[in-house]
Amino acid sequence: MGETLKLFGWKVSPYSHRAEVALRLKGLKYEFIHEDLANKSDMLIRYNPILKKIPVLLHGDTPIVESQVIVEYIDEVFDGHPILPKDPYERAEARFWARFIDEKVRPQVWMSCWTDGETQKSFIAQAKESLAILQGRLEGKKFFGGDSIGLIDIMACSLALWFGVMQEVVGLNLLNEDDYPELCRWGEEYRNAEAVKECLPERELIVGFFAPRKDRIFAKKAPVYD
Amino acid sequence: MASEKGVMLLDFWVSPFGQRARIALAEKGVQYEYKEENLTEKSELLLKANPVHKKIPVLIHDGKPVCESLIIVEYIDEVWSDKATLMPSAPYQRAQARFWADFIDKKVYDCGSRLWKLKGEEQQTAKKEMIDILQLLEAQLGDKKYFGGDSFGFVDVAFVPFTSWFYSYETCANFSVEGVAPKIAQWAKRCMERESVAKTLSDPKKVYEFVCFLKKKFGVE
Repeated sequence: MGETLKLFGWKVSPYSHRAEVALRLKGLKYEFIHEDLANKSDMLIRYNPILKKIPVLLHGDTPIVESQVIVEYIDEVFDGHPILPKDPYERAEARFWARFIDEKVRPQVWMSCWTDGETQKSFIAQAKESLAILQGRLEGKKFFGGDSIGLIDIMACSLALWFGVMQEVVGLNLLNEDDYPELCRWGEEYRNAEAVKECLPERELIVGFFAPRKDRIFAKKAPVYD
Repeated sequence: MASEKGVMLLDFWVSPFGQRARIALAEKGVQYEYKEENLTEKSELLLKANPVHKKIPVLIHDGKPVCESLIIVEYIDEVWSDKATLMPSAPYQRAQARFWADFIDKKVYDCGSRLWKLKGEEQQTAKKEMIDILQLLEAQLGDKKYFGGDSFGFVDVAFVPFTSWFYSYETCANFSVEGVAPKIAQWAKRCMERESVAKTLSDPKKVYEFVCFLKKKFGVE
C-alpha cells in the first residue's frame, strides 16, 4: 500500500504488544509513538475518541483501534506470516479462544492478583480452571497456532510475561511450572520467537510500573497511570 | 456428535445472541434444524458442543460446533459467501464493523440487564449509560439506511435483536428510545421490514413477560 504505519502504544501494555508483534511478524516498518497514559496526547484522543485507549494503529490517515481488531486488520491487509488460519472453521476456533482469553483468563488472573480473602480465593479457583482449559488447547504443540505464532498466541501474550511479573509483585504463585508446565513451556517459546523478542518489554519496566502503584491498583482493581 | 451433514442451531427462544445467528442464517437462505434448549436442564448435546461455556447459541455444521454469537455470524458469512454478504469487503470497513459489533457486545446486554435488575440510584446510573450507548450508536448510524450503509450488515445483525428489548428497557427505566435516539428507533423499524428480522425477533411484549419472570426469579422488586 505504501502508506505509513504508526502505532500509538505503551510498552508496559500487553495490548500494545499484541499490535506490535503482528506488525513485526509481517516484517513491517512502523513508527512507535509512546503514549503517557496519565497524560494522553491530543492525537490519541482524536484517533480513538470513543475509548481513548491504546493501542491505535494509524495506517496512512486511517485509525484502527482495539488490539484484536488491529491484529486482524494487519493480517488482512499485509502478506507474509499468516496470523489467522484460512479455513473458516479454524478461524472461528481461533477467535473463540481469543475471546476466552480476553473474557475469562485475563480478568480472572488479574482479579486473583488484586483481591484478597474469600473474593481472591474465588477468583483463583476460576483462574485455575480457565488456565487448565487453555493449557489443554495447546495439545503439546509449540504454539497455539501450531508450528508458528497465530492469533491465539498473540492474544495470550500476557501469560508469557506480564502475568508472571504481576504475580511476583503481589506475591501470588498462580501461573507456575509445576501446575502449568505446558503453558510455561509455551511462554518460553513465545518470548524467544524472533518477532516477539524485538518488541517484548524488559521485566524491570513492568515491575517499575506495578510495584510503586501496588496499593492504589489494589484499591481500584484497575491500573492507575499517574 | 456424529459427523452428520447439515446445520443445527442450539438456541433459546428469547436470546438476542441466538437471534443473531438465526438472522444471519435466514439472510443466507440456509436450511437448518432449530433446537430449543432448556437452560435449567441443558442437553447432553449442548454440554458436548460447548464444554467450555455450556451456553447457547451453538451452531453445529456437519458435526462441528461453532460457539459465540458474533463468531458464529462471521463463520456463516465466510462459509455461505455467495449470498447476502454481511461483512464489508474493505479491510478498514471490516475493522470498523468488528469494533462496533464488539462495542455492542460489551455494552448493550450488560447495561440493559442492569436496567431491570436494579432500582433507585443504581438504575438511574444504568439508564444514563444506556442513553449514552444509544446516542453513540445513533451518531455512528448517522443518516445511513443501515449500519452497513445501503446493505444490511454485520453490525445491524449484532444490534437488531436488542430492539425487541427496547420496550422492556423503556418500561423498567422510564425513558423512550425514540425520544433519546430517534434515528435508532427508525432504523429498528426499517430492519423489521426484512423477513429475516421480522420472523426472528421476539414480540417485545413477550420479552417483557420474560423480563418480569426473571425479575421474580432474582427477587427484584
